[in-house]
Amino acid sequence: MAVIEASPRLASKCPSGPIQERWDRHRFELKLVNPANKRGFHILVVGTGLAGASAAASLAELGYGVSVFCIQDSPRRAHSIAAQGGINAAKNYPNDGDSVWRLFYDTVKGGDFRSRESNVYRLAQVSNQVIDQCVAIGVPFAREYGGVLSNRSFGGAQVSRTFYARGQTGQQLLLGAYSAMMRQVAAGRVRLHARREMLDVVVVDGVARGIVCRNLATGQYERYAGDGVVLCTGGYGNVFYLSTNAKACNVTAAWRAHKRGAFFANPCFTQIHPTCVPVSGRHQAKLTLMSESLRNDGRMWVPKKQGDVRPPSSIPEEERDYFLERRYPSFGNLVPRDVASRAVKERCDAGFGVGASGLAAYLDFRDPIRRDGKTVIQQKYGNLFEMYQKITAENPYSTPMRIYPAMHYTMGGLWVDYNLESTLPGLFVLGEANFSDHGANRLGASALMQGLSDGFFILPYTIGGHFAGRKLPAVSTEAPEFDESERVVRARTDKLLSVQGRRTADAFHRELGQVLWDYCGMARNEKGLRNAIDRVRALRAAFWEDLRVPGNGARLNQSLEHAGRVADFFEFAELLASDALHRTESCGGHFREESQTEEGEAMRDDARFSYAAAWEHHPEGSAPTLHKEPLSFEYVHPAQRSYK
Amino acid sequence: MRLTLKVWRQEAPSQAGRLETYHLPDVSPDMSFLEMLDVLNERLIGIGEDPVAFDHDCREGICGACSLVIDGHAHGPESNTTTCQLHMRRYADGDTICIEPFRANAFPIVKDLVVDRSAFDRIMEAGGFVSVPTGAGPDANAVLIPKERAERAMDAAACIGCGACVAACPNAAAMLFVSAKVSHLALLPQGGPERDRRVLAMVDRMDLEGFGNCTNHYECMAACPKGISVDNIAHMNRDYLRAVLIERRTPASTRD
Repeated sequence: MAVIEASPRLASKCPSGPIQERWDRHRFELKLVNPANKRGFHILVVGTGLAGASAAASLAELGYGVSVFCIQDSPRRAHSIAAQGGINAAKNYPNDGDSVWRLFYDTVKGGDFRSRESNVYRLAQVSNQVIDQCVAIGVPFAREYGGVLSNRSFGGAQVSRTFYARGQTGQQLLLGAYSAMMRQVAAGRVRLHARREMLDVVVVDGVARGIVCRNLATGQYERYAGDGVVLCTGGYGNVFYLSTNAKACNVTAAWRAHKRGAFFANPCFTQIHPTCVPVSGRHQAKLTLMSESLRNDGRMWVPKKQGDVRPPSSIPEEERDYFLERRYPSFGNLVPRDVASRAVKERCDAGFGVGASGLAAYLDFRDPIRRDGKTVIQQKYGNLFEMYQKITAENPYSTPMRIYPAMHYTMGGLWVDYNLESTLPGLFVLGEANFSDHGANRLGASALMQGLSDGFFILPYTIGGHFAGRKLPAVSTEAPEFDESERVVRARTDKLLSVQGRRTADAFHRELGQVLWDYCGMARNEKGLRNAIDRVRALRAAFWEDLRVPGNGARLNQSLEHAGRVADFFEFAELLASDALHRTESCGGHFREESQTEEGEAMRDDARFSYAAAWEHHPEGSAPTLHKEPLSFEYVHPAQRSYK
Repeated sequence: MRLTLKVWRQEAPSQAGRLETYHLPDVSPDMSFLEMLDVLNERLIGIGEDPVAFDHDCREGICGACSLVIDGHAHGPESNTTTCQLHMRRYADGDTICIEPFRANAFPIVKDLVVDRSAFDRIMEAGGFVSVPTGAGPDANAVLIPKERAERAMDAAACIGCGACVAACPNAAAMLFVSAKVSHLALLPQGGPERDRRVLAMVDRMDLEGFGNCTNHYECMAACPKGISVDNIAHMNRDYLRAVLIERRTPASTRD
């Protein structure tokens, strides 16, 4: 494996000077595109979640021409819609000591010192504008009787900085961004293309100048040319098969861009969410999150006796182990996600788990119901309790929820500089799809903040530098580069259809997910990771020999769509495991068993691993090159995270 | 448990459809309805048949992608529940279940159980927004909104745009969907400046897309997985009338 220390390919372009002034200075120094010229530039935005919809709306408002693409039947269905808990901002409305500085500090620390300080500070600064904008476009946030906005606390923070709309914050924010984008569709500045899957980025003279899509309804291949390409295509959590992501979430767009020159950074930084409804059987197609907000009141416990099969109500108080309160007395049930997830796993692995599979812990509301009454708990969590009851047929008001960690979010993604531009010039990456500002672990309610910050307030400025600073001669979709891209994409589809083996893409996907979950999930070690890489390779070979995709490519074919995504997951999975193997430290969501304290907490190795790992793709068969972007911390001094 | 499924199969928009019968011998009561269809599809692929196409995504009741008319009910027999949240424990061994797409002229069939609901996007495009460009919003607490009012706006905003209201309506009307958005924005001060223009534009577009009229059956409310109230329709009708008078406009439905 070739390694390039302090790689010159990874110029972060972060401004220097006092951190409070960097974003202002950078915006001033960016070349502006004059309003009349903006109309001459066309931008392709792929994905319509919070980042994509807000970017499309804001770019079009500035006068750019925008084409938008989504795989769903409507842009309103992007997976941002499923976010439950809330969105952070440093408004300090509750007067409890919050500030831009504290949000910045918490995010750098929560990310276990694996993010860029300049980016995170900007995110905290912009967070307040995001809330202003969302209120202005009609997002119905929760309010107090006096009419002001309501805030609540969220895991990993000790101030109440989270704005929310019941348990549907993601839905309300997405519909807000979607409506802003639809306003621009009406104005003729955004062209909408639903049921399209981006299958390649077209590179002309070293710059991203177009995409090739498959129209999922008709099977037709379509070419689109532009002056810039913006990927807002979400995370890769579904490589684990079972995750809280929607079924269509995939790595394909990011992976195809990677193969065209965009480096992939920190793929091993994956987030496991501690409180999800446990797996109920072989048929399980996805997992459902129970919001982190539940841990504001709910208490997690397992029996003190191994293999205790009594119903929870028959287990007396003194025989219950409230393991988070025991291990982390100061944060208790509110420790960050990575810490809570590992604690649940530790108890279950040691034989204290509950439920039929033994892979669950209780999240109990008995005490808060006794303290505050059922009505208060119902007001706070009613919709979540209902959702739980629909899935499990158990009533969480009278019996504790059973929960287990599940794959939820990916901090890794395509490497971007301070302008959100990838190593492929002209290709910008926003939201969960980039390697982002969350370091090795994301704090609750920060994903919505980042998606909207990137789309509303960062890209619209920084993309101007691309237009003003580069010569972009007109490109036609008849150019040979488009021919080549379409040929590659067609050949791949034909190959998927021609295997005609015995097993479905879903069966292979399930098996791939199990390998990753077992060896590259909540705890990782060298032997397991090597084993995982071998097994991924063997499975990938089997996939291309024994895959069965019914039908043809000339019309709607959901099996074919899925097979293409699984094929990319197979390639990507090896990179994920390789990244996890090379990073022998533990940090945030990446827990290497070889690197832990005596108490079993994650132990970083700043001397060797204080960098972002960005992987460069080489043609099939040769190992990727590792480029390192060293991280420096001028303001928040790296320390061992402690929530005790 | 053993189930018999009668599923609507239709190759393409232009072709005729039919109900096909399938037998599933071993359905677990813990499966969701869509997981049951996943199992059916794995079997169909195994025996070389075309799997059943259906829209789905989040599978937790919020994205609005899943649809299906199950035994005559949009989203199946349980109230306030999307198809993806319906579980097979609702059924008994030996049951026969009929599965059809959402049917409406304005929702043409794409394939099998997949329909084209882009008419909803076009109605949103007509006016389902607040025209404040990025960066122009005042401080978030500059405008106070009474809690009850914010809660009512949120009740309306909970719509997931699935189209069950249209599928359930004998007239295939989209009044519940449109009125939910009209009410949500009319209830908030931020939606005030465009209130009249919005309701006229959205209702005009709704008519143009070929949705029917409301004749107060309330089937939409019964089918809605998010419990959106028909009060919103009354609210929208009042707003519409007011807007017609204020804007001195002739409604599209009476123009030629």
